[in-house]
Order: sequence, then structure tokens, then C-alpha cells
Amino acid sequence: MATGKVFKYGDNVDTDVIIPARYLNAPSPAELAKHCMEDIDPAFAAAPHPGDIMIGGWNFGCGSSREHAPIAIQASGIACVIAASFARIFYRNAINIGFPILECPEAAAAIQSGDTVTVDFQTGVITDETTGESFQALAFPPFIQNIIAHGGLLQYLKDRKDG
Amino acid sequence: MGMTMTQKILAAHAGLPSVKAGDLIEAKLDLVLGNDVTTPVAVGVFEKAGFETVFDKEKIAIVLDHYTPCKDIKSAQLCKTAREFARKHGVTHCYDVGEAGIEHALLPELGLVAPGELVIGADSHTCTYGALGAFSTGVGSTDMAAGMASGENWFKVPPAIKVTLTGKLPPFVSGKDVILHLIGRIGVDGALYKSLEFTGPGVSSLSMDDRFTIANMAIEAGGKNGIFPVDEKTRAYVEGRVSRPWTAYEADPDAEYESEVVIDLGALRPTVSLPHLPSNTRTIDEAKGMPLDQVVIGSCTNGRISDLRTAAAILKGRKVAPGVRCIVIPATQAVSLQCLREGLTEIFLEAGCVFSTPTCGPCLGGHMGCMAEGERAVATTNRNFVGRMGHTESEVILASPAVAAASAVTGVLTDPAEL
Ligand code: SF4
Repeated sequence: MATGKVFKYGDNVDTDVIIPARYLNAPSPAELAKHCMEDIDPAFAAAPHPGDIMIGGWNFGCGSSREHAPIAIQASGIACVIAASFARIFYRNAINIGFPILECPEAAAAIQSGDTVTVDFQTGVITDETTGESFQALAFPPFIQNIIAHGGLLQYLKDRKDG
Repeated sequence: MGMTMTQKILAAHAGLPSVKAGDLIEAKLDLVLGNDVTTPVAVGVFEKAGFETVFDKEKIAIVLDHYTPCKDIKSAQLCKTAREFARKHGVTHCYDVGEAGIEHALLPELGLVAPGELVIGADSHTCTYGALGAFSTGVGSTDMAAGMASGENWFKVPPAIKVTLTGKLPPFVSGKDVILHLIGRIGVDGALYKSLEFTGPGVSSLSMDDRFTIANMAIEAGGKNGIFPVDEKTRAYVEGRVSRPWTAYEADPDAEYESEVVIDLGALRPTVSLPHLPSNTRTIDEAKGMPLDQVVIGSCTNGRISDLRTAAAILKGRKVAPGVRCIVIPATQAVSLQCLREGLTEIFLEAGCVFSTPTCGPCLGGHMGCMAEGERAVATTNRNFVGRMGHTESEVILASPAVAAASAVTGVLTDPAEL
């Protein structure tokens, strides 16, 4: 469950926009976060966003296979990304690092920047507290919820191995 | 309900009698791939989680190809991390300068991928091996680390688009023109989350190199994978390269496809993608005459021997136009050697081309041919995003080896048939 303020972007937000290639050698996630979205929204990069929610349109996270993209968003404090659709490698990478993302074209279209939104990860229900509207995203199947609950794929595997 | 070829391979590797689109499965991996850019990140994740051993040192491939021979200290450090990890864990298939080549040309050449196998690679063009009738897809570095640690990974079973090929390619038209035409028709997210399953009577006329080129660019349509049926040409390619047993899977006659695209190979024209999206396609007739500064012939898309033979046939006895830089990069050591043996290297050098050691090089604006502001290249590579080959104000036009070679001779985008 997360409640936060919405930062909204358009279609085809690519991994170069999320974290420009010139910062890929940054030493830590916190350092990456300082440059997250900077080329299209310098104000976003300038401040931390504990618990806020990011919304994108179609094909969010397209482009290269760089895992730095979801890492940068996560490290900026964003609790979850809601988009109309995700590019598939970004989708995998987000789940694998334990970062919640939700696909919901209706919510992505209706919710506006600055709204306050609550997301229930268990049920996939997204509520726009500002307008009172609710949306149903496809809830993650238990298998993926489990990966996210373990904080990512590697920890999930490690815990399973160590039994 | 029947399964597609991709679904059958996934089901077999998950130990399930059947799967359907949307199912989440855990499947066994036959090979896990990484390169000099993505392996170091995966090594970090692997070690941070506390894994000490890899699942199978024979089933990991590490290929140092992007910035090699190392262009600067940072890339040298990345290679060192990858190399040391490979040594520490006894990874059998680690290919360094002198034996390497571009990963997606190298792995099939060495017989590291066979039909029916399941391969993941921390590089988006891992989908290339679908040409062999394997399931292969690009993933991130955590996926690579998970694969190296456990030999398994999770997959969402994709639905498929059926691409039916009919007829035969006319002269000067190649696999590159087929895939650019397809991306132009369905768009850069036309196959998002989906398989592109190539089928139809036109498949048998396509060479293996054409099929590699086509499967390679499935990702440029957003695809999870692109896959070809296994036929006599596949068997001939695999023979002598692969000694382990392998399986040829076929789609069920009642397999379900989300949609179908029919392409008459005989009706295709040489096709190019103008800046800055692979889907921004034109036939050569609509685009010819645009002036150029650079021509790049190579990459995991078009750096194989038949690509270089095509280019050499056009450049033979001709000269690269004044003011144009033509860079030829064989994809692997074996292709390089073959060029030497067949006299192609001499043709390129006499024409005034640069002939490089195998590397990704200019394809990702790494080295060996970065462009300045306002310059334009015709390249046989696969992406023409803003700034891909250098300055954000430079342009890349994607084309086949025939179009690229003909354009090098004239200095403008040229139909090879008119040379
Ligand atoms: S040749 Fe280009 S597209 Fe292919 S693996 Fe290298 S950088 Fe990537």
C-alpha cells in the first residue's frame, strides 16, 4: 500500500530520459537519483520524492536493457510507477530489483500531475484521492508479488536456496 | 488449444505439458550471455546477494565486444571485472580480444546455440538466435546474475504475431530489407511483449545470414523474440558446429496467433530507415540522393560473411567517394579471416575503406567512427535513435550492405541496381 503525490509524463519515456547515458558510471543509486528525469524535468531531479507516484503513458521504459533506469526511479523515493504499458525489459528489470510497477491504461489517462493517489499492491486497486475515482490494475500474480516481497529476484533465489 | 513454436520451447524448458499466452513460468536455461557492459553489473548483483558458485560453467558465455580492444580506462576496468569473474568461476566460454567478435554473430558460429534451446542474454539483441529455431531474448543484468546463479529464470509466455513470407527476394534485396519493411509496417512497439513467428513458403529461400539479420531486429519492433522454423538450411548450419543433441520444435497447426502479417518477398524494394526511429522506413526510390559523410558496414545485424561478400561485390574495382569515410567491420575473427582468404579485404582496402578488427564500435557510438554535429551516416546497424552514433545532432540511416556499399561509392544514398 502506498499513498503519494503524482508526477506524470507522456508516452515512450525511454531509458535515456530516465537516466541519461552520461551518468551511467555514477557510483551509487542515490547519485543516479540526482539525475533521474533531468533532461525532461529538472525540477523532479532536484528534489527527493519519498512515497510519491510516477505515471507514464504507453511503452514506458523503452530503449536499452540498462537496469540503471528503474534503480534511479526507485532511489529517488518513488513508491511505484503506473503506466498504460511498459517496454518489456524495463518491466522485468523493475520486478527483478523489487520495484513495484502497475499497468493500467485508464488510470494513466485519467490521473493528473499533482493528484494524491493510493495504490493497493495486493488487489491492484488505484484510487485517485483528489477526484475520488478508482481504477483496477491487473494485480501481480503471487509469484511476482513474492519476488517483490523478497526485495528482488536475487534475494528471492538466495532465500529459496538457503531454505 | 495448440501452441506456437515459442510456447512449445518454453513449455519444454518449464517441464510442463503445455503453456498459454500470459502464463508465468520458471524455465531452465541452456545458456546465459553477457558482454563487457552488462556483465560487470551482473557480477555486482551476484556477489552482493552472496552467491559463491555459478550453476554450470559450461553454460555461461561472456563476450567482450562493445568497447574492445578497450578504448579508454573505464572500459578497460569493465573488461577486467568481467574477465576476473570468468577466471574465478572457470567460465568456459569467455571470449576476449583476439578470439572474440560481436556476441550475436559469435555464439551461433561457435555452435553455442542449437535449435530448440532457451537462451537469455544481458543484451537486447539476444533475440538473434531465433534464426536457428531457438528461443532467445534480451534481459537485464539482474536476470543474467539470476541465470548464472540458478540456471533458471521466470518468463511470461508471449502471444505471437505470425509473419508469413511468400515469394523470393529479388536481386539487391536482402533480409535487412525484409525486417525494415516489417518494422515500418507494425511500428517500434508493434510486437511489444510478443513473439514474431516467421513462417510460409518464402522462408526456405532465405539464407541463414538473412534469417539472423531478421531475427536480430525483432527487438526494434518491441518483440520478445523472433523465431524461424528449422529446415534443411538450419540443419546444414548446425551440423559440424553443435555436437550435443537438440530438438526441432514446430508450431501446432491450431496454434493461436494474435494477428498475421503477409510479406511477398518478391515485391520488396531495398528499404531504409530514416532518422530517428527504425520504423521511419522508405523504399530506396523515395529516399535516394541524400548526401552522406560516413558509411558503416558491420554489426550484429550485418557483419557476417555474406554481408561482406555483397558489399565487396559492389566495391570491387570502384572507389569510395571523396569526402566519405567507409568503415568495414567483420563481426568475428572467423569472418575476418574468411574475408582475407577470399580476397575481400583487398577489395575493401583498394576501394579506400577502413577494415577493422571485430568490435561493436560505431554501432553504439562507442569508438571507431563517432560522428560530429550535423554529420550523416548510412549504416548496416540496427538503431538510429538520436545520438546513437555520436553527436545528438548527427543522423543515422539504416540500410542493407548492398545499399550501404553503393552509397559509399556515390557519396549519396543510392539504389545498388542503378550503380
Ligand atoms: S553491434 Fe551494436 S546492436 Fe549489436 S551488440 Fe554490438 S552495440 Fe549492440
